[in-house]
Amino acid sequence: MVKLKSRHLLGLQGMNREEINLILDSTDTFLEILQRPIKRVPTLRGVTIVNLFYEPSTRTRISFELAEKRLSAETVNFSADASSVKKGETLKDTVRNLEAMKIDMVVIRHRYSGAPHFLTSFLDAAVINAGDGAHEHPTQALLDMYTLRKKYGKISGLKVVIVGDILHSRVARSNIWGLKTMGAKVAVCGPTTLLPYEIEKMGVEVYSNLNESLRGTDVVMALRIQLERQQSCYLPTLREYSQRFGITKERLPLLNENFTIMHPGPMNRGVEISPEVADGPYSVILDQVTNGVAVRMAILYLLSGGEGKVE
Amino acid sequence: MTPTRTQKSTFIIAGGRVIDPASGLNKVADIYVQGGKIFKIETQKLISKKKVSSSNEEIIPAWDNIVTPGLIDMHVHLREPGREDEETIVSGSEAGVAGGFTSICCMPNTQPPLDNQEAIKFVYERAKFAPGKVFCVGSVTKGQKGEELTEIGELVDAGAVAITDDGKPVSNSEVMRRALEYTKMFDIPVIDHCEDLSLSKDGIMHESFTSTVIGLKGIPALAEEIMVARNIKLAAYTGGRVHIAHLSTAGSVELVREAKKKKIKVTCEVTPHHFTLNEELIASYDTNLKMNPPLRSKKDILAIKAGLKDGTIDCIATDHAPHSIEEKDVEFELAPFGIIGLETALGLVVTELIEPGILSWSDAVAKMTVNPARILKLNLGQIKIGFPADLTIIDPKQSWTVDVSAFKSKSKNSPFGGRKLKGKVQYTIVNGKVVYSG
Repeated sequence: MVKLKSRHLLGLQGMNREEINLILDSTDTFLEILQRPIKRVPTLRGVTIVNLFYEPSTRTRISFELAEKRLSAETVNFSADASSVKKGETLKDTVRNLEAMKIDMVVIRHRYSGAPHFLTSFLDAAVINAGDGAHEHPTQALLDMYTLRKKYGKISGLKVVIVGDILHSRVARSNIWGLKTMGAKVAVCGPTTLLPYEIEKMGVEVYSNLNESLRGTDVVMALRIQLERQQSCYLPTLREYSQRFGITKERLPLLNENFTIMHPGPMNRGVEISPEVADGPYSVILDQVTNGVAVRMAILYLLSGGEGKVE
Repeated sequence: MTPTRTQKSTFIIAGGRVIDPASGLNKVADIYVQGGKIFKIETQKLISKKKVSSSNEEIIPAWDNIVTPGLIDMHVHLREPGREDEETIVSGSEAGVAGGFTSICCMPNTQPPLDNQEAIKFVYERAKFAPGKVFCVGSVTKGQKGEELTEIGELVDAGAVAITDDGKPVSNSEVMRRALEYTKMFDIPVIDHCEDLSLSKDGIMHESFTSTVIGLKGIPALAEEIMVARNIKLAAYTGGRVHIAHLSTAGSVELVREAKKKKIKVTCEVTPHHFTLNEELIASYDTNLKMNPPLRSKKDILAIKAGLKDGTIDCIATDHAPHSIEEKDVEFELAPFGIIGLETALGLVVTELIEPGILSWSDAVAKMTVNPARILKLNLGQIKIGFPADLTIIDPKQSWTVDVSAFKSKSKNSPFGGRKLKGKVQYTIVNGKVVYSG
């Protein structure tokens, strides 16, 4: 019987193929539940989960919340600007106070890398990383992988290129670890200023010419480019970025047949991805969102000690 | 502070291997101390261990031990005035003598900073209650803002042994130039924390594959090296003396090595953590591994060891930087830079440098005694007749485990808790008085 090795989900680095398959297989079950007229199962009844969002998030926060509710868990939401953070309470104190109110799991999104890891050093509850700094965003990568597996039947052998601001992207890092573990060929492509130091050591091909990176590729994952990058000298202008790294219709013929376009959102239409590409038939951007809820249900279920079949 | 024994004004340190790098002495000898000074070093007629009863108060037993000049740490942060909860002048000195340091030099980045004569006088006033000697390093610029020079002459008159804006670099090259020129009148070094702040902006660890994987903003090695190169150029041009604080990269070692070949007046120091720990450890996000300059790569550690061996690196200094538990018990990004080091330095030098044969005892001791003394023009760091009896007696073979809760320092922010080290202080003697016994 395969089980997850850790009782936390901090990242995909070090997670093996069996564990990832377990999560993806369990996701099938939950996706099926989401198709039912009553999209709710009693699986996590009595389990209390707190969603700690120290950074603005719409998609991930709502996705977790729906996943929790559809598993009948009790959920509490905490957003950084709404509470005692501004009064100067430390993360540790805040979380220990929440724990004193008897919580079972913590979902945390934080702007600082390692914040979820820090929580595990003093918390008994299970910790799920919903994105930390430029470190990892494991549930995003798992839903991306699930989406690909659903479309292609397998991940192994797929050629995936991640395009954009790799330097600041936790989505890129988690996807690189996960996709590599599952046997995909992964490349990254971005302006040289936005490629992190020695990224090639993660086992990826590195490009700064978009057309070259797209040739013979099955999957393109476009990342959001942040406006601030312009101010801190990473980019001259978004205009120039868009010209060189925007995923446009004209570039699509370079890709393999049956190619897929992905984006973790939120999109800057017309910057990193043209509107027609984002909405094209090969785009799975909305499937990613749907699958996100099911993947998170699977993770919550498995980390709360669940195994085997769900009714 | 509990001096345990031998408070007679005349006593003999018997039977130890006396290592005095300045004179080249490295043999078993008895050291006679009178009136707080060394008055005889006897290498011929030695006192026999068998003939001495344990109650003899005129004898400090040093058989099988090593006796060195009192260790000098030229880079220590005492948090007084400003953060007395983290360290005081007295508690820092207590930690120092427990680590074998008879003299420590306090950096001026207190709150307020030591940028005027009164502040320096305050430190010396407080230091009268400390078990060891404390020397003040004054600020280069007023308020350590990097803009206008302090009244350096006044600082020197009050007892400043060097100047620095440590914690921060002197970013403005014109200011650094003038500081190097002006200090020539007093023959004191300008100590610089070498960091190009535009390159290190927001950085919290060494820029490396590890920083890529764990998503922390990197500080590239060249942020240090560019400033080391600048300072060497300025020292060459002005003829002033520059001392590079806590050098940490292979490139910096090479720059200093080349500068010394050209007889440029540059000296430098390295911390025990920079030759012991590498940046890959930060994958644990342990905030006690966060310091500035950051831990560097294994390659840098090898270069530092080579620089220690060939004499490029003059001194070993701790950069003892106390921080409270609550300041460090936060997200890695939010934790302050710095770790304490006074009570682990000697053990790390023995374990990491002497035992593996990178440095001889004599070379290692020189970097912790006579070398810093010469840079700072202190009449210390030697075992010499007429010199103050500042001495450290070390059991080179004793293994011990670091227990942060037993530290004399008011702060506990050390990454070395639980580490097994070799080499432990037995006695620390300041002006002929035993101020610590292990």
